[in-house]
Amino acid sequence: MADQNNIAVDIRNVTKMYGAFSALEKVNLDIRDNEFFTLLGPSGCGKTTLLRTIAGFEDITQGEIVLYGQNIANLLPNERPVNTVFQQYALFPHMNVTQNVMFGLLRLGQDKTSAKFRVAEVLELVQLTKFADRMPNQLSGGQQQRVALARALAPSPKVLLLDEPLSALDLKLRQAVRLELQQIQHQTGITFVFVTHDQEEALTMSDRIAVIKGGQVQQVGSAQEVYEAPKNKFVADFIGETNLLDVRVTDLHDGKGSCILPGGVQITCPAADGAHPGPGHLSVRPERIAITSPNEGLVQGKVKRHIYLGTDMHVEVTLMDSETVTVRMQNSSQIQIPEAGQTIGLEFEADAARLLVD
Amino acid sequence: MAADLQPKASSSTSTYAGLGIPLILPAWAIIGFFLVLPVMMMLIYSFLTKEFRGGVIWEFSLAAYDQFFFDRGLFGDELPKIEWTYITIFWRSIWQAAAATLLCLVIGFPTAWFIATRTARNRSIWLFLVTIPYWVNLLIRTISMKFLIRDNGPMNELLMASGLISEPIHIINTNLAVQLGLFYSYLPFMVLPIYAAVERYNFALSEAAADLYASRTITLTQIILPTIKPGIIAGCILVFVPSLGAFLAPDLLGGAKNFMIGSLIEEQFKGAAGNWPFGAAASMILLSLVLLVLTLYARQQTREQG
Repeated sequence: MADQNNIAVDIRNVTKMYGAFSALEKVNLDIRDNEFFTLLGPSGCGKTTLLRTIAGFEDITQGEIVLYGQNIANLLPNERPVNTVFQQYALFPHMNVTQNVMFGLLRLGQDKTSAKFRVAEVLELVQLTKFADRMPNQLSGGQQQRVALARALAPSPKVLLLDEPLSALDLKLRQAVRLELQQIQHQTGITFVFVTHDQEEALTMSDRIAVIKGGQVQQVGSAQEVYEAPKNKFVADFIGETNLLDVRVTDLHDGKGSCILPGGVQITCPAADGAHPGPGHLSVRPERIAITSPNEGLVQGKVKRHIYLGTDMHVEVTLMDSETVTVRMQNSSQIQIPEAGQTIGLEFEADAARLLVD
Repeated sequence: MAADLQPKASSSTSTYAGLGIPLILPAWAIIGFFLVLPVMMMLIYSFLTKEFRGGVIWEFSLAAYDQFFFDRGLFGDELPKIEWTYITIFWRSIWQAAAATLLCLVIGFPTAWFIATRTARNRSIWLFLVTIPYWVNLLIRTISMKFLIRDNGPMNELLMASGLISEPIHIINTNLAVQLGLFYSYLPFMVLPIYAAVERYNFALSEAAADLYASRTITLTQIILPTIKPGIIAGCILVFVPSLGAFLAPDLLGGAKNFMIGSLIEEQFKGAAGNWPFGAAASMILLSLVLLVLTLYARQQTREQG
């Protein structure tokens, strides 16, 4: 458990019901102070609902939301010291950039002079100083996104909530803004709670990630932890790409498990909590598999086809038991890629594989 | 890529622009014949001399306007004094119309808000209900109103039976009756444009305002009202303008003492006692008044946006 003083948002046993449907089921999360924390999951998993319960737009059926020691679950949105960057920005269309950014400051009772000073400061931070007098409809999507960010940052919230703020931007811009957001988070020291369905976004930006599915938290950890040590099949499959092989688990001890691969070779590799003897899944990332000569390596197969990805190449291999395994290879003149139909062996280090439960 | 698209886009626009002229012709013809021409006739008639059995004599005269503004005594030979009769009628019309607009706004805004925030299916049911009275002729509706509010009508009987009042409230033939009539006649014209504006309103804006520490009152006055203002203004114009020229409600509910411009003009064209140039002049004055209000509004709008 982290130090109690270090916790920005403590979500305790939060349940949210819509009639008989539970959007959130006994969610427990500690979001630390000054952390870039990401809620990641497929659409409809409850991540946005969770963010909205922190903001106060949704009330919760059960549980507590504690913000720096204070239970805010029963406060109205305008009484909570958090600010939100909305997915479609929700800029006030009849106010210019300055008025939009100033809105929260004036509501907090700041006088116009000091509010103006703060607005200039925040606009500088998001590099919008030149656009201070523009109306929202005179700005590009990327600029609107910055205004939304500036508006939410201006009142110096204790926690900034971001609801898929990059999803409306095109790819190039999205990548640039990712870095900028991270930079702003470091500069301001504000705790960011960031919602996304984009695993790449989550991996590149976050200090820690909570993977959510069906209203339940599947795993919380750093990008490296959730990618390299997924707790279950869903996390392994959702974060990045993985091969899930049907194996027979024979023995488990000290977080390691022995299993028999298709083709009969036995290996001992790390196992997730809850793995048990019997049929199981072995997760191996495509980039951790190497292609060798036939009858070498751990499993044998036949090349099915290639998928061209630009920097990389996916080689799909059909195993003896007709399972398909994907191998990721660098697209380089140095590396020879086997032809379709060729029989090959596949090799990976046992430590790169992981036994998982459903 | 954007540069590639540019000429293509503009050339297709000009294709449609060329097509537009023949398409718009029927509309222009109808507007010209049924709107511009009658107004021109009215303008010309207002400067002609009156014929005693109705109609006009084609002789230029300022008598109609003179009669509207000045009192020159019974035989027209005294020093001109301001004639207050018609100005009073105009003034009464203006404040009656303004009051009806305000009343429609106070009742219509919550109604429109209510409808716009229902589910899509229920919305169309409510809208349908709002428009139902329009399936009945305005004259019939106004006469029904007269029966409802008269001294021994159902409204007073209900109130007396419930013990709330001991004597009937006298409404018929008062300004209040006219007011009720105008309100009832034009309420949907307020509800529909406001409904359209609220339906387009992005409720994430209200969330954003609350997120930025705005109370509900502040959210209403600083975010919601400014955003849906065009709908409110449209509703106000649609109620104010026809109320100003209304004659059914003042005639049937207001009686002789509560004359409005509409009735005054109507009188001038009805029967042998009519005075066409005077009716035309009153119409032109009314039209100028409406145009003045609309111009002021339009100018204020452009100033706000500029």
